[in-house]
Amino acid sequence: MNKPSATFSRSFYELLSSMRFAISLLSVLAIASIIGTVLKQNEPYANYIIQFGQYWFNVFKWLGLYDVYHSPWFVVILSFLVLSTSTCIYRNLPSMLREMRSYREHATEQSLRHFQHYAEFARQGNPAPTLMQYLDVQGYKYKQQADGATLLLAAKRGSANRLGYILTHSAIVLICIGGLIDSNIPLKLEQAFNIKHIETRDIPESQVPAISRLAPGNLSFRGNVTIPEGTSADVVFLNIGDGYMVQDLPFKIGLDKFHIEHYTTGQPKSFASDIVIIDKKTGLPLLKHTITVNHPLTYDGIAIYQASFGDGGTHLNMDGWNLFDRTGVSFPVTGAIHDESKLAADDTEYTVEFTDFRPFNIESMGDQGEPVHDTRAVIGGNAVADHKDLHNIGPSFQYKIRNPDGQAKEYSNYMLPVLIDKRWYMLSGMREAPNEPFHYIRFPLDPDRTLAGFMRLRGALLDAKLYPEIAQRFAKSAIPDSNPEAQAKLADSTVKVLGIFAKGGYKALSDFIESRIPAAERDKAAQTYLKILELSAFEAYNITQARANQPAPKMDDETGWFIRDSLNSFSDIFFYGAPVYLQLANYDEVQATGLQLTRSPGKNIVYGGSALLVLGVFAMFFIRERRLWLLIKPDQVLFAMSSNRKTLDFENEFTQHQQHIAEIVKET
Amino acid sequence: MQLSQTMPRPTLIKQLNIIDWVFAVMLWSGAIYALDLYGNYMDVYEKGFLFGAATIFSVLGWAWKPIRTLLLVVVTLSLFGISDYHADLSRAEHAFFLKYLLASQSAIMWMSVLFVLATLTYWISLASRSDFVAKVGTALTWSALTMGLVGLMVRWYESYLISPDVGHIPISNLYEVFILFSIITALLYLHYEHRYANRQMGAFVLPVISAAVGFLLWYTFDRQAQNIQPLVPALQSYWMKIHVPANFIGYGSFSLAAMVGIAYLLASKGILASRLPKLEVLDDVMYKSIAVGFGFFTIATILGAMWAAEAWGGYWSWDPKETWALIVWLNYAAWLHIRLVKGLRGPMLAWWAVVGLFVTVFAFLGVNMFLSGLHSYGTL
Repeated sequence: MNKPSATFSRSFYELLSSMRFAISLLSVLAIASIIGTVLKQNEPYANYIIQFGQYWFNVFKWLGLYDVYHSPWFVVILSFLVLSTSTCIYRNLPSMLREMRSYREHATEQSLRHFQHYAEFARQGNPAPTLMQYLDVQGYKYKQQADGATLLLAAKRGSANRLGYILTHSAIVLICIGGLIDSNIPLKLEQAFNIKHIETRDIPESQVPAISRLAPGNLSFRGNVTIPEGTSADVVFLNIGDGYMVQDLPFKIGLDKFHIEHYTTGQPKSFASDIVIIDKKTGLPLLKHTITVNHPLTYDGIAIYQASFGDGGTHLNMDGWNLFDRTGVSFPVTGAIHDESKLAADDTEYTVEFTDFRPFNIESMGDQGEPVHDTRAVIGGNAVADHKDLHNIGPSFQYKIRNPDGQAKEYSNYMLPVLIDKRWYMLSGMREAPNEPFHYIRFPLDPDRTLAGFMRLRGALLDAKLYPEIAQRFAKSAIPDSNPEAQAKLADSTVKVLGIFAKGGYKALSDFIESRIPAAERDKAAQTYLKILELSAFEAYNITQARANQPAPKMDDETGWFIRDSLNSFSDIFFYGAPVYLQLANYDEVQATGLQLTRSPGKNIVYGGSALLVLGVFAMFFIRERRLWLLIKPDQVLFAMSSNRKTLDFENEFTQHQQHIAEIVKET
Repeated sequence: MQLSQTMPRPTLIKQLNIIDWVFAVMLWSGAIYALDLYGNYMDVYEKGFLFGAATIFSVLGWAWKPIRTLLLVVVTLSLFGISDYHADLSRAEHAFFLKYLLASQSAIMWMSVLFVLATLTYWISLASRSDFVAKVGTALTWSALTMGLVGLMVRWYESYLISPDVGHIPISNLYEVFILFSIITALLYLHYEHRYANRQMGAFVLPVISAAVGFLLWYTFDRQAQNIQPLVPALQSYWMKIHVPANFIGYGSFSLAAMVGIAYLLASKGILASRLPKLEVLDDVMYKSIAVGFGFFTIATILGAMWAAEAWGGYWSWDPKETWALIVWLNYAAWLHIRLVKGLRGPMLAWWAVVGLFVTVFAFLGVNMFLSGLHSYGTL
């Protein structure tokens, strides 16, 4: 019974330490590593479900593809690499050390003659002292072995080459061990044995139960935390799978201030956080320090990095414009980022969730005037900017408006007007899902650069009681008083057009035309209606300006564009999806810094291993090991050489030595 | 009587002549002068790199004499170019020498043209078996190398002319590292050409440089990538000055090995065999190149890990670029092991080196094009 198992373990040992196994392992590891670069790792599970569908999501989850490099099978491959390398070291170390020390001074004449690199010379004098001198000069160390009348000089050079083998292979083992210490594998095991659970609920940190918390003494971790200015944190969050764990810190970190600097071109130049390390028990500050990208702080064995930034709860004061209200006046709204406000409109109560604020937006204004946002991570980044026309278009804020049914649309509004085609607008972006781009609505500004003119006009266009007056004034301006019948007819049509437009903008008007007017006359009718709409809107504008004690609008191009823009906006409002537009009046910015904290005790082992690896690689490649024997017989000198790496350099060296030794033997 | 063979072989230091010493003294004086001028703006590591560079180039020049001439010409031309600016960037468009020769854009265009000409010349020499034409190829390669280095040096200065806070070493994006790649590969090639006294490999190695030049030209004319951009915060580190060059010695060596591998495969099938060096020589160049590349790539990856530990919060995050660096490393580690297995040498190794080029190119370019991650400093 013993024998087969002995042969099995023997052949397993042989396999592990074989070169072919090593090559296969290296190749398999390389191929396995590719998977994690093709499939984005550690994304929220929802993203994978969208990407693959439920079935494949489960298959890939089972295969561990969402965190390949910590999946059991990958760790097994790595373990085999360590095992195989260790076995190789164990197997070869003794003989290598022996080889390094040995001169092989017991080589026999017989064996020397069988060397591939071998030559012999006839001798007369005594070349031995000169040959020894020659070996010295050539940098060879040698041992003499006299046997009667013959003298063997066994020489060697570059033994450190073998050291290279030992260093590189131990380095691999060391690096893997260091990496293992810093990996999350212990945590994975704790999860597997139900000692720890991930938390998937979105609850305040203080309510996270102990089973999802890690003690401050945890050997190694890597987590993130966001700290608003003027506050502090004593935990970090570890994202794991579709949840997280809370790592308690041995100290508190407070943020005094977060700074961003920009180049004149608009690209970010530096991100910095003024942080304070605070004693958890006494609450006293222990250390004040400014960390920047590339300049982390290490405190108590924990490294603190600048990783990202965001808003820490900026206070916003806004003007709310009820878009379906006839008055055309605004009402005050206040709020703070990461907070909610209530809004009443259309007899319904809406919730406004303020999600983000940006004090400036460096945008490339494309053809549509729709800005493209850049990311807020600070550690990556693209050094090659594709856009030359970058502008700071001022602050913006984002919010969601949720109706009582719980459905929400997301809005992104700029604080400052934006110049598009030489005219000023307020921009408000809307989208229904986070993965969609924002669609922007433009509200035109009046000559005073305010929204009031547009809002009053919008109110008038919604106010049916005002239509007869608008229609009268328009009819009077368009048709001479001598034709009252035509005037009355035009006024009638005007009231009708205004009524349809107020119900649904251009869409309602075109639906009306399509349903009521024969196909052949539609184009003509549409042109007429548009003309009526524009001219009567001008009259409406006149009325609202007079009521608000504003100067009467001039009859010029500028007013013409204002009217047209106003009508476009009015029409777009029906697709805006919210009854209220929030215009930012002023703000009190509160920033937040995103810090990453790590404790990695394996780092020094990995660095030590890396140093050995470099030393070893250079020893292996740039120190050539070679041995040289000179057997001096009474009538002959035998010369042989060998090396563990047969390269061209070795061949050349052999030829050179052969010539030199031939000359020495001849001349002595 | 002492025989000539038993005379102690003089060490490198003892072989140096007066010119070698003058060369080293010049390099060190230059470094000291630079320290005196700009020391206030350098951190301790950068001061270390300054004198490290002076030492490395002294030793390189001692060990391989043409380096001395190269550096002398590059320094002279670069200083002339820089002084011709009179601290005014717009002179690049009208000052004669800047516009046609020394402004970074002009110098890099010269480099591109000369590399392509060198490629053609090496092929003509291979076809005509003309030693003279091959020598012209060598001269063209040296000239291209010179212009490339001058281009980078002047570009470095230009970046500071844009604005002192924009200024940085020109190895920070894909455009700049392609120039670096061309220069390093050419220098490595010239070294092997000299060492093996064989110019025929040029016909195989230069095309990979020409390909890089082709990419560079496309990148310039299609994407205007030549514009100097300021550094994002993550790149503002002294690590860049050592991580990137070490990486490109690796990439350059691997590319060179792959091209020699192609020559090996052709020659082993009898194609061009009479015009190419012997198979053993090709095998040896391939081995040396991969050995050098592997050494430097190992260093570069370790330096990258150390930089990542400082900038990204961990020495290894399995970021796509990191992972592909590991894949490249594993690939060549496997290559070096295969070489020790009897029966797998020969064409098998040459094939593996050629495939290695594709792996390397993907790690270098493909990751930036197709995968996203932290290391996206040069997207296309």
